[in-house]
Amino acid sequence: MKKLLMAMAASAALLTAGGAFAQDKTKACFIYVGPIGDFGWSYQHHQGALEMQEALGGEEKVEIAYLESVPEGADAERAIERFARSGCNIIFTTSFGYMDATNKVAAKFPDVKFEHATGFKREHPNVATYNSKFHEGRYVQGVIAAKMSEAGVAGYIASFPIPEVVMGINAFMLGAQSVDPDFEVKVVWANTWFDPGKEADAAKALIDQGADIITQHTDSTAPMQVAAERGIKAFGQASDMIKFGPETQLTSIIDDWGPYYTERVKAVMDGTWEQHDVWAGMAEGHVVMAPYTNMPDDVKALAEETEAKIKSGEFDPFTGPVKKQDGSEWLAEGEVAEESELLGLNFYVEGVDDELPQ
Amino acid sequence: MGMAEAILLTVATAATPLLIAAIGELVVERSGVLNLGVEGMMLMGAVAGFGAAIMSGSAWIGVFAGLLTGALFSLLFAFLALTLVTNQVATGLALTLLGIGMSGMIGESFVGMPGVKLRVLDLPVISDIPLIGRLLFGQDPFFYISIGLVAGVMWFLFRTRAGLTLRSVGDSHTSAHALGIRVVLIRYCAVMFGGACAGLAGAQLSLVYTTQWIENMTAGRGWIALALVVFASWRPLRVLVGAYLFGAITIMQLHVQAVNMADLVSLPGPLYWLVSVLKSAPSQLLSALPYLATIVVLVIISRNRRLTIMNTPASLGRPFVPDR
Amino acid sequence: MRLELVKRPQQSKLYSALSPFIAFGLTLVAGAFLFAMLGKNPALGLYTYFVEPLTELWSLHELAVKAAPLILIAVGLSVCFVSNNWNIGAEGQFTIGAITGAALPLYFPDAQTIALLPAMLVCGALGGAVYAAIPALLKARFNTNEILTSLMLVYVAQLFLDWLVRGPWRDPAAMSFPQAPAFSSWATLPELFPMSGRANWGIVFALVAALVVWFMLSRTLKGFEIRVIGQSPRAGRFGGFSTARTIVFAFLVSGALAGLAGIAEVSGAIGRLQPQISPGYGFAAIIVAFLGRLNPLGIVAAGFVLALSYLGGEAAQIAVGVTDKTVRAFQGILLFFVLACDTLIHYQIRIVRRAPLSEPASLSTETAHGHG
Repeated sequence: MKKLLMAMAASAALLTAGGAFAQDKTKACFIYVGPIGDFGWSYQHHQGALEMQEALGGEEKVEIAYLESVPEGADAERAIERFARSGCNIIFTTSFGYMDATNKVAAKFPDVKFEHATGFKREHPNVATYNSKFHEGRYVQGVIAAKMSEAGVAGYIASFPIPEVVMGINAFMLGAQSVDPDFEVKVVWANTWFDPGKEADAAKALIDQGADIITQHTDSTAPMQVAAERGIKAFGQASDMIKFGPETQLTSIIDDWGPYYTERVKAVMDGTWEQHDVWAGMAEGHVVMAPYTNMPDDVKALAEETEAKIKSGEFDPFTGPVKKQDGSEWLAEGEVAEESELLGLNFYVEGVDDELPQ
Repeated sequence: MGMAEAILLTVATAATPLLIAAIGELVVERSGVLNLGVEGMMLMGAVAGFGAAIMSGSAWIGVFAGLLTGALFSLLFAFLALTLVTNQVATGLALTLLGIGMSGMIGESFVGMPGVKLRVLDLPVISDIPLIGRLLFGQDPFFYISIGLVAGVMWFLFRTRAGLTLRSVGDSHTSAHALGIRVVLIRYCAVMFGGACAGLAGAQLSLVYTTQWIENMTAGRGWIALALVVFASWRPLRVLVGAYLFGAITIMQLHVQAVNMADLVSLPGPLYWLVSVLKSAPSQLLSALPYLATIVVLVIISRNRRLTIMNTPASLGRPFVPDR
Repeated sequence: MRLELVKRPQQSKLYSALSPFIAFGLTLVAGAFLFAMLGKNPALGLYTYFVEPLTELWSLHELAVKAAPLILIAVGLSVCFVSNNWNIGAEGQFTIGAITGAALPLYFPDAQTIALLPAMLVCGALGGAVYAAIPALLKARFNTNEILTSLMLVYVAQLFLDWLVRGPWRDPAAMSFPQAPAFSSWATLPELFPMSGRANWGIVFALVAALVVWFMLSRTLKGFEIRVIGQSPRAGRFGGFSTARTIVFAFLVSGALAGLAGIAEVSGAIGRLQPQISPGYGFAAIIVAFLGRLNPLGIVAAGFVLALSYLGGEAAQIAVGVTDKTVRAFQGILLFFVLACDTLIHYQIRIVRRAPLSEPASLSTETAHGHG
């Protein structure tokens, strides 16, 4: 027993010593909503963190720490505060549900920088927000889907009716309509971000209803596997899922947080960090398309062309004329949607075969 | 493949893990033991099955690993609840907790790996018979195992002497003990059978349903299996009906969302109306339907008190200490 | 060789007091093995798990925040479990309590009075109680299995909350994101010592509830009735007690406390209704109830121990680099040991070397289910 206590004391001393060391390095900390092995949202954030560490000089220069599967309730505030107290210089909170907690802790620790993903609240000068324009990738997917589908029907597995998901469905629809004005998109709301069984069932239901292209805004690889079994094509989500459908994946929208994390942690190192709200897309390298596979060359060429146009800023997916689902006009000829309107989007464009849950 | 056939195949895949886990738990409960650890045992089976399959490259080895792991894991419950006579409800919950935690730890390195898929049966000609071909002769082995288990358990419980003994232990362990039946031993066997079935059901999830390992991938299916046993008032054939009913409701709510009303005009009026009502309902309500349906059916079943009492193992969940 | 249990003539006082500690000690040993197996330093692991969170003031506040809902719910569950009613659905009652309590400030945004908060707490408790009454009445009236109905209602409650915060109760200022408007200061449960941390009145409610229920169970006729019915419904009927009434009473108490925990959590620690309000408190409280040996005072201690395991798990993720799944595994192991050690209270354990003669025993012991 005595030995054990001594060992504990020694370990504790070691622990504090380790803390003292950390002063020379910059410490970047991450709060993830799911397990880092989800191969979707949290996985990509963690990949971004590792890429940042590598880019800024490795473990010598940047120390990273993370907590995974942090629930979006009362626990979030504790997790963030724990990091703030443990000497983190910058804390990334990577889910919408951490918004209040991030701002609350930020008030108490003015010297620590906070970055909240997908939120809109910046109550203190040390809170920044960031998000990516995933819908740019969805537009490209829509173009490919309309080219590749024989039935003219795509199945869309959606998670929850929040603006980002609604935006994705609309962008996909507009992309498809640019090729085939009569293209049909069927939407199933799975009411989950991550439940492989349910996502697989949803994919099967959509395929049985005639969809021959599957796209998903949920995080597991199950829909890709179902599509592979049924011999149709599908799009990946969040990460490159080609392993799960070598002959199935057309492309995938990859959330690449690496460049952003590198930029922001570097800003902390240089002392140039400032509050901002960033919503970046393909142009900045935050949204990357996985290689275009399993498609004829002409489709591939069209996809690359569309991607290039969006990347260069020549074209915005939400460019008029666009009508709302009820047939009323949303965007006039040549008009581009306001970012602020998109970020609160709660209606479909014309042609989506679904009633948006309100 | 027609749409009706395709839907039925999907329902079968969704119902099979529920059926396998529930039929195992039915035997456990028939012996008078309530093991609420089904969810945990399924997860252990799923992770072991997945791991063994990718390491060996053979999905069948995965199937056996799942089965074996489930049985071994259930021994933990058996030792506590039967030998140390701990509270069965609490012990079962502990088993579920431990299963969730341990499977997550073991499976950490398996996450994000494409697994090994168990092949479906594919007989020349026969599997291609319209409508019933794929349904009867073109499914994955778990489907046949599940049907075989139902038949086997029915035969065992009601046609064999050993089955009679097991049921008598469940109905009154005191009298069974007085007759010289080794109550605890029989219950150990029953619990392990239930564990093996739960492990098998877990392996179905990671080898067929979705060929991957994800922590907590059972997503509550173990609890549904438990509900099915009561739903079935401890009769194997009704477990089969219940599992398929539940599977059908789960799948139908997804179809209702995806369907285009214009394609349904040929449906009879009331059915058309029902689908259109469901389609305009909030998706959360649709997701809640299977659970609400389970409650309603449980109430209907248990209202018939005579029937329930006749089938309920009278010693269910009660601790038994042999006097010597 | 086999184990044999011999029933003690009466409960062992010694083991009644010792068994939770033996169980905790065994869990530490198992934990050390677990860390060693994962290739981590066991001493450091156990230190960060069970000691480090206690070394700082803010962390003690967090312990209180985490323990409050666990204790409140578990105290209610103890009434259920002692009376042999298996309410597994406290998570759902927690959720409904949060909803019904939060409905007040949402529907009466102008009610900026001191009475608002107490009214919210009452509404929350009532909501939880009414929701718990569903499985109770189904059991009392139709003999429907309460384990399953209460559990199914958890999923229903969570989906209902989800629908509310994404639909009718969505904050118009939240850019279509799923959350209800934040509570005003009148609707917020105050913090106890705002200078040093965020522990709020929830922990006080928990301690008071524990005392009241302890008194009720051990010192009143109602408590006697609950225990008698729980140990033997037949004996209870001879004593003129109604099983149905006890079922409903136990569920109402437990639902009300879970509902109170729910509204206290959203009005105190979270500040608004949102899709996710509980990391499974309703289920974790089942462990707390058993760890506290179904005694409300024991449950207070158990609640803190379990809260500690969550905080420690988080600390260990950072300091030791183990995954968050170890927390669940630890809790499962802890519950196993607690249950196993409880056997010592009721039985002596003997190791018998040879198998007994196969003569049938003329008598066997049958104890009532549940260790009341």
